[in-house]
Amino acid sequence: MIPEIGHFALILALCVAVVQGILPIYGAAVGNSALMAVAKPAARGQFLLVLTAFGCLAYAFAEKDFSVLYVAATSNSQLPLHYRLAAIWGAHEGSLLLWTLILTIWMFAVTLFSAHLPESTRSRILGVMGLVSIGFLLFMLTVSNPFERLIPAAAEGRDLNPLLQDPGMVIHPPMLYMGYVGFSVAFAFAIAALLGGNLDAAWARWSRPWTTVAWCFLTVGIAMGSGWAYYELGWGGWWFWDPVENASFMPWLAGTALVHSLAVTDKRGGFKVWTVLLAIMAFSLSLLGTFLVRSGVLTSVHAFATDPKRGMFILAFLAIVIGGSLALYAWRAPRVGLGGSFAAMSREGMLLANNVLLVAAMGSVLLGTLYPLFLDALDLGKISVGPPYFDSVFVPLMAPAVFLMGVGPLAQWKKASLPDLAKRLKWAFGVSVITAIVLPFVMGTWTPLLSLGLLLAIWIATTSVVTLRERLTHVAGNSLGERLASVPRSYWGMLVAHCGIAVFIVGVTMVKGFETEKDVRMNVGETATIGDYLFRFDGAQDVVGPNYTAARGSFSVSRDGRETTVLYPEKRRYTAQNQVMTEAAIDPGLLRDLYVSLGEPLDDGAWSVRLYHKPFVDWIWGGCFIMALGGVLAISDRRYRIAWRRQEPAVPAATRAARRKVA
Amino acid sequence: MNIQWIALIVVLFLSGPVWAGEARPLADDPASEARLKHLAVELRCLVCQNQTLADSNAPLAEDLRREVREMIAKNMSDQEIIEFLTARYGDFVLYRPPLKATTTLLWVGPFLLVIVGATALIITLRRRAGKVVDVPVTEDEHRRVEQLLTEGGKRP
Repeated sequence: MIPEIGHFALILALCVAVVQGILPIYGAAVGNSALMAVAKPAARGQFLLVLTAFGCLAYAFAEKDFSVLYVAATSNSQLPLHYRLAAIWGAHEGSLLLWTLILTIWMFAVTLFSAHLPESTRSRILGVMGLVSIGFLLFMLTVSNPFERLIPAAAEGRDLNPLLQDPGMVIHPPMLYMGYVGFSVAFAFAIAALLGGNLDAAWARWSRPWTTVAWCFLTVGIAMGSGWAYYELGWGGWWFWDPVENASFMPWLAGTALVHSLAVTDKRGGFKVWTVLLAIMAFSLSLLGTFLVRSGVLTSVHAFATDPKRGMFILAFLAIVIGGSLALYAWRAPRVGLGGSFAAMSREGMLLANNVLLVAAMGSVLLGTLYPLFLDALDLGKISVGPPYFDSVFVPLMAPAVFLMGVGPLAQWKKASLPDLAKRLKWAFGVSVITAIVLPFVMGTWTPLLSLGLLLAIWIATTSVVTLRERLTHVAGNSLGERLASVPRSYWGMLVAHCGIAVFIVGVTMVKGFETEKDVRMNVGETATIGDYLFRFDGAQDVVGPNYTAARGSFSVSRDGRETTVLYPEKRRYTAQNQVMTEAAIDPGLLRDLYVSLGEPLDDGAWSVRLYHKPFVDWIWGGCFIMALGGVLAISDRRYRIAWRRQEPAVPAATRAARRKVA
Repeated sequence: MNIQWIALIVVLFLSGPVWAGEARPLADDPASEARLKHLAVELRCLVCQNQTLADSNAPLAEDLRREVREMIAKNMSDQEIIEFLTARYGDFVLYRPPLKATTTLLWVGPFLLVIVGATALIITLRRRAGKVVDVPVTEDEHRRVEQLLTEGGKRP
């Protein structure tokens, strides 16, 4: 009964979405405020309906209702409750429901924080989001229904893929989807502005915080996915340029370009046409990513469904959304004004150059991800495009972008002077170059890539210091503390986010340059040394988990005779599908991670063991979180807070009364 | 050295099993193992979803690693080993796709993108410089924006 309620709620949500997608947009076109007023209640109603559906599915999982096909396929009676709930998004159908739920959450947020928008703009935004929602609801109801019954019911569920039975599964997909779907708001703002023909500075100001919030979620979501792969897959990698990872990285690159482009549109009125295109691009890539991962086109852990009907629906949906918005763009964009003039050598010019590099990088990732699929489809042979390709393409594209990242914040808007910039940056440049050349020698190995990585990281750090110092001389205040306090939050946000990139680059460079690994055969009591640390194997014993049995090894780690920690890596066998999983044990640290994973049992109690010493690896994720923190600082800026706080009173009483009559 | 230190060391000695020797590496010859590693990180495990030969624990990957070890023992060069593997498994086994007619676009594409992007950028900026009358966001507009943002929009 409960699953049917969920199914019915989805059908109702579709009806509401159709109303929300048509009436407010039409109302805005003809200036009918009664029709426009439909948008808000419709969005809220849709949110409640999809939430109901989601709750019903959650209930079916919690109650182990194996008469629901999806529940039987992705969970098991032995699976602990939190993983049963996370299993809602463990496969295709449920993750689309999560997507839709998050879309309606964003809609709901728009209805809450949009009182300061003109009514026509708000109706168009919610209308566009309603249209997107129609696509997803229709997809679920026609070819991918999570509430489909299995009659007679299965006695036992098939279980969630053991790889996904991890705390990462509980938090990573919702975070990532918050980011993906969050770009739908920027997209809806852009389409609404195209429809209304009012792409002005106010439009950019409104879209900015939404885009930044989505970008923060996406950054954190990607970092969590990467961290999860690092400790779960058992081979110590943190990024493999897997198509699934690329699918989330492409919207991030486009979104990063968008965040910067919006800054120019907001401050200087320029780049409007380009900003709109980026907003369309970021969301289209989010859609593409969702479907690439979930459609089964790519053979990977994340691909679950292989159904031609679904494939056709997805292609048609993508074609309508992307094609439709690009057509609208081609039709409307030429009428958009140009904004303020600027020289090539100016902050605008540098941001634009950075945008070109980011988009080219995004295009390369797209090319590398789709190329094998196209070759295969055209019967031109099967190839693999992997880390060696992406590394050799990505680094040359990103290095100049990171260099510009240091200069941009110091350049004046409109027109900057190159000699002047050179003068202001000569110390930063000197310090970076010398440190980057000397430091690797001090640490023991010198390679060009190591040096380049350090150069870029130190360059960002030193230029940030110069930027902040110059900024402090321009703000009011007597003491240093006063002056630091009067620097706006959004400016801090930019600096912090840029420094996050520096931290990230340090992590990548150091771990690539200095990580060491050892594959050893260890008997009880034997020791192995890696990076100053002595590992002693104290034997393995059998343990029983809720839905698995495992061999748990015990390793005492010491350094200079002092015990550092004891690590317990496991080799688990999940009973439901008899799958074996390697559970690595990690001792994280600010300057290094120690990583042990058990290989295979050998004769007389010995095991094959893989040991890693990974310097600075946590800086990779730390950098991402710092970037996201920068985004949070930026949106907590005063000017946004003022905008949020003053809401309802703006609507004249007469209009409100009129609306009430209509309702 | 104080008492605690001595105690710790004594405990360490007593708690562990008998001091045993250094663990043996899995491979017999560390030099050839390093070469294997160097090769294997660019080779695909053919039965895995998306893993290198170096990282995979699949039995087939194990076999293939053994074969590569044997080829290294036979003193074949990296080039010869890769040629042998591509002859047997096709380009699919290489994570760095070889440059050939069908992959030209793959390798040239990214740099083409930058060049096209940069050219488009320069042309647009030139054309724009000729066309634009300096209408930056005026003070009036700024005021209107602030007003819109703080007081809510006018009805259309």
